[in-house]
Amino acid sequence: MGTVSGSSDRQAVEAVWRIESARIVGSLARYTGDFALAEDLAQEALAEALVTWPRDGVPRNPAGWLLTVGRRRAIDGFRRRSALDERYAAIARETDAAEGDDVLWDPDQIDDDVLALMFISCHPVLSREARVALTLRVLGGLNSDEIARAFLVPTATVQARITRAKKTLAAAQVPFEVPPADERQERMGSVLSVIYLIFTEGSTATSGADWIRTDLAREAVRLARVVAHLVPDEPEPQGLLALLELTAARFPARVDRGGEPVLLEQQDRGRWDRAAIRRGSAALARAVGVGRGLGAYGLQAAIAECHAVAASVDDTDWERIVLLYEALGRLAPSPVVELNRAVAISMAQGPASALPIVGRLVESGALSGSHLLPSVRAELLTRLGRVDEAAAELDLAVRLCGNERERALLEGKREALRMPR
Amino acid sequence: MKYMLIMRATEDAFASFQAIEFDEIVAEVGRFNQEMISAGVLVAAEGLDDAEQGVVVDFSSEPPVVTDGPYGEAKELFGGFYILEVASKEEAVEWAKRAPMTGPGMKTEVRRVTSIDEMPQDNEWIAKERAWREATGQL
Repeated sequence: MGTVSGSSDRQAVEAVWRIESARIVGSLARYTGDFALAEDLAQEALAEALVTWPRDGVPRNPAGWLLTVGRRRAIDGFRRRSALDERYAAIARETDAAEGDDVLWDPDQIDDDVLALMFISCHPVLSREARVALTLRVLGGLNSDEIARAFLVPTATVQARITRAKKTLAAAQVPFEVPPADERQERMGSVLSVIYLIFTEGSTATSGADWIRTDLAREAVRLARVVAHLVPDEPEPQGLLALLELTAARFPARVDRGGEPVLLEQQDRGRWDRAAIRRGSAALARAVGVGRGLGAYGLQAAIAECHAVAASVDDTDWERIVLLYEALGRLAPSPVVELNRAVAISMAQGPASALPIVGRLVESGALSGSHLLPSVRAELLTRLGRVDEAAAELDLAVRLCGNERERALLEGKREALRMPR
Repeated sequence: MKYMLIMRATEDAFASFQAIEFDEIVAEVGRFNQEMISAGVLVAAEGLDDAEQGVVVDFSSEPPVVTDGPYGEAKELFGGFYILEVASKEEAVEWAKRAPMTGPGMKTEVRRVTSIDEMPQDNEWIAKERAWREATGQL
């Protein structure tokens, strides 16, 4: 016979919140027509749960409880303000007429509410940092402390970002809705890029000692699954999901037992998560199946799949990867894509073919502050036997690299070059 | 983190299902599954055929005794499982609490699914299992 579970009441409330926050904020936003107010009401309901559930026990229907509390608070607020504003008086009368949770908890509406919530949290009037914070807060159910820890900033900064974001949305009078068809593609692009940003922040920390903050990356994968499920008929949500699943599949092999990073070519491919690869390939097949061609995420997923299905670096279909990078370069030209194309060409045709591309990038001045360019150049020069030039490039790469562990890797390469052979 | 929800019930509790329309069971369970899919947490699920159709191999004696049907003296029967990818044990428990068609005599056990990465990597049998997982795309 077990004892009653030792999880704290707080952890239990937080678990409910993680599952329900999107639907609760979404329902309250639809109900009040005011996203910022809905977020406040939801937080008040959560705060009340943290006080009463440990005392009275977790209610049988925790989501319904939270929603009811949020709704009651909304009505109280409307009544208080109805004396001043006829708009609120009308809402208060309507809500009196429509008592009961059913109005709020309409299963056909929930998907739309969650989607509308994604669109508003990632609205283009907001700064990138605000979109990320708001998405993790309302769709991920994370609190400000958790978001702050994930992004290595003070909690007060996250709180300020969220407060400011809500004010910005209110000032811009952004409606709580799934955007109309003419805005839809651009707005979806913003939603997907926020999820991608959360993933990359989680998978390669831009600063600090942690190479992979897996929890954050996993949350991004979960959010990508949610969008892909809500929008099955567009290619890019499926493409993003495929990209994240296929990239996350490599996490178990990306650091060794001592926590040191391992580059793709040295990774033990047996440690890749095969179930994640299968899920990623299935999502990519769905993206292709839509029949409108692959977007930028879909193309990157196709590249990731080339690696995922190859038994080794040598077995990889580098010719196909070159073609995919060319397609990506046409769709979303960027120096990073060009650099990756150069790496793929060096694998398909040899380092000599790739060096001029990297040379052109250096001349263009793009990526001049990044360690990527000298890292790749060093690799190509090493393979061509031009060791002194390679060492000089690695010196530069070490100076430019901001991630401690990645820098250690580069230093290791440089030391290896100085060894007599 | 992966967790398995193991659905367990007494024979009486399973028998009580006989009274419920099959369509209703499918709809209730389907709604629950859909919720977990929408939330992006469901990674695998299987249900088991009637325990009466099963066989038990009992190792209490030598040679083991093979009997048809349910476990005999066992109080609970397994009905199926879910595998969820969630952030915490508490979240897995919260999903377990939401399962439909539950009541007295029914239990759901929540267990963390271990990863092959937790096993000694230099063991040849682990290496073989890894190769099989790699070849077949197993979890």
